[in-house]
Amino acid sequence: MAFAAFGHGGGSASAAAPTKKSKVALFLLLPGLIYLGLFFMTPLISLIITSLEVPDGSGVMGSYAYGFAIENYAKVVTEFWPQISHSFGYALIATVGALFISYPLAYFIGVKARRFPLIQGLMLTLVIAPFFISFLLRTFAWKQIFSNESPAVHFLQQVGILGAHDYLVGTPFMVIFGLTYNFIPFMTLPLYSILERLDVRLLEASSDLYASPATTFRKVTLPLTAPGIISGTLLTFIPIAGDYVNASGDFLGGTKTAMIGNVVESRFLVLNDYPTASALSVLLMGVILLLVGFYAKRSGTEDLL
Amino acid sequence: MRRFSLGRYTLPVYSVIAIVYLMIPIAYTFVFSFNDSLKTNLIWRGFTFDKWLNVCQQQGVCEAFGNSILIGVISTILATTLGTMIAIALVRYRFKARSFVSLLIFLPMATPEVVLGAGLASQFFSMGAAKGIATIIIAHVMFCMSFVVVTVKARVASLDPALEEAGRDLYGSPAQVFWKITFPLLMPGILSAALLSFALSFDDFIITNFNSGPAMTFPKYVYTAAARGIPAEANVVGSAVFLLAIAIVVTVQVRGSVKAKRLAKR
Repeated sequence: MAFAAFGHGGGSASAAAPTKKSKVALFLLLPGLIYLGLFFMTPLISLIITSLEVPDGSGVMGSYAYGFAIENYAKVVTEFWPQISHSFGYALIATVGALFISYPLAYFIGVKARRFPLIQGLMLTLVIAPFFISFLLRTFAWKQIFSNESPAVHFLQQVGILGAHDYLVGTPFMVIFGLTYNFIPFMTLPLYSILERLDVRLLEASSDLYASPATTFRKVTLPLTAPGIISGTLLTFIPIAGDYVNASGDFLGGTKTAMIGNVVESRFLVLNDYPTASALSVLLMGVILLLVGFYAKRSGTEDLL
Repeated sequence: MRRFSLGRYTLPVYSVIAIVYLMIPIAYTFVFSFNDSLKTNLIWRGFTFDKWLNVCQQQGVCEAFGNSILIGVISTILATTLGTMIAIALVRYRFKARSFVSLLIFLPMATPEVVLGAGLASQFFSMGAAKGIATIIIAHVMFCMSFVVVTVKARVASLDPALEEAGRDLYGSPAQVFWKITFPLLMPGILSAALLSFALSFDDFIITNFNSGPAMTFPKYVYTAAARGIPAEANVVGSAVFLLAIAIVVTVQVRGSVKAKRLAKR
């Protein structure tokens, strides 16, 4: 259980037990843990403090004073409700989309292609291939492929799927399309790693007991591969909910598709409105932690690692 | 066996279509790196090698690329060192705060990049630190470390402690045992962790964007250029990195499968 872990408290200090081994462990752990303390934990705390700040009255842009403005949160929820709902809505649809695309693919590579190691290796390499070309170039390529003057859009307009003055870039559909595409490998890999170890004799046993293929899938394959689905879903949903490249107006999105990340970026880097950006980030982090906590409760932190 | 297939050809055909779908933007980027384009790279204007031969003529591309390599190398060395130490401690030693440490390693991976980026930026801001290459490296080491721990941990766990015991029985000092036995055996895990870490650092945009200030990296260059249209030279850099990475992965995989076969025979 992830959060029971907090109960132990004390950090690495308690690792300083008198045995020789613990001293070595402390020496190995401390540098990395101090680093994470300084540049991971402290920034999160700094974010929470900033999210509660108030304008300092000087009227200078970007200057704020310490405060305890809980109402900042209420303000961002009401003001940015569309963007918040886009983030989680798009992330949900794209994660489900990635799962439907990835599961059969991972099943084929992990189970069906077992007897052909060469094909298995090749397909696996191709699944991770998108990682090796810049995320931004990939996304921009989709923008070009589906740009307003592109043959693809002309074709869709001609067959009537799109109206004569409808385009794809700037629509929620296009943003979700891009998000799904970009995060498919994050879904496929954990699914593959669990399907690769799936014992096909269990499927044979089920079918020997007169289960239909559908029943076998539902009662045997699916429960056995649930851990892969869980980690794949987390690995996909989390980065999608925080993404702002796909939804950006320079890439696949438009003014009506902005997500939490877009607001955080513009508030933080352009408008110097740090409390708003921080409150939104803390909110996003909170929802993700709830989700992770829910999953971790079911499978344990060791499994997550 | 056949009774489980969803029809004989459905699954293979589906998988091939999915793979082709994954390849489309890569192919597009590659093809358009040969486009005889002017300022932007929107329309196909004819084939040329010019952009490959004169990549650096495009203002800023090569500087950004150089910065990304520099940041990637330094971050990788630091993250791999710190992460490997934690991984060894997690597998080999018993200590009370284990679950706390596991959680602290896991959390950065579960935190959306925009939160990591904004958090660090707000900390640098309150410290009054000037943003630049150094702050980018600090950020990259932080988010790469957890991935190193996870990768190396698997390797440490699969290591046979008897080998180290044998070293000690033969009067090897702890340092000798570590450098002559443990470290070489961990090397494949450490190498793949380093490669992963470099790839993560090199392609990171979101966290970098919050902590870079005026410093340019390759992804940031692409993001900034996107407003006007990305020049073909960026496609050249992307494609070249892609080809190099694929070559490395294929080499590692081939060597790995040869090794696996040898081990399987035992």
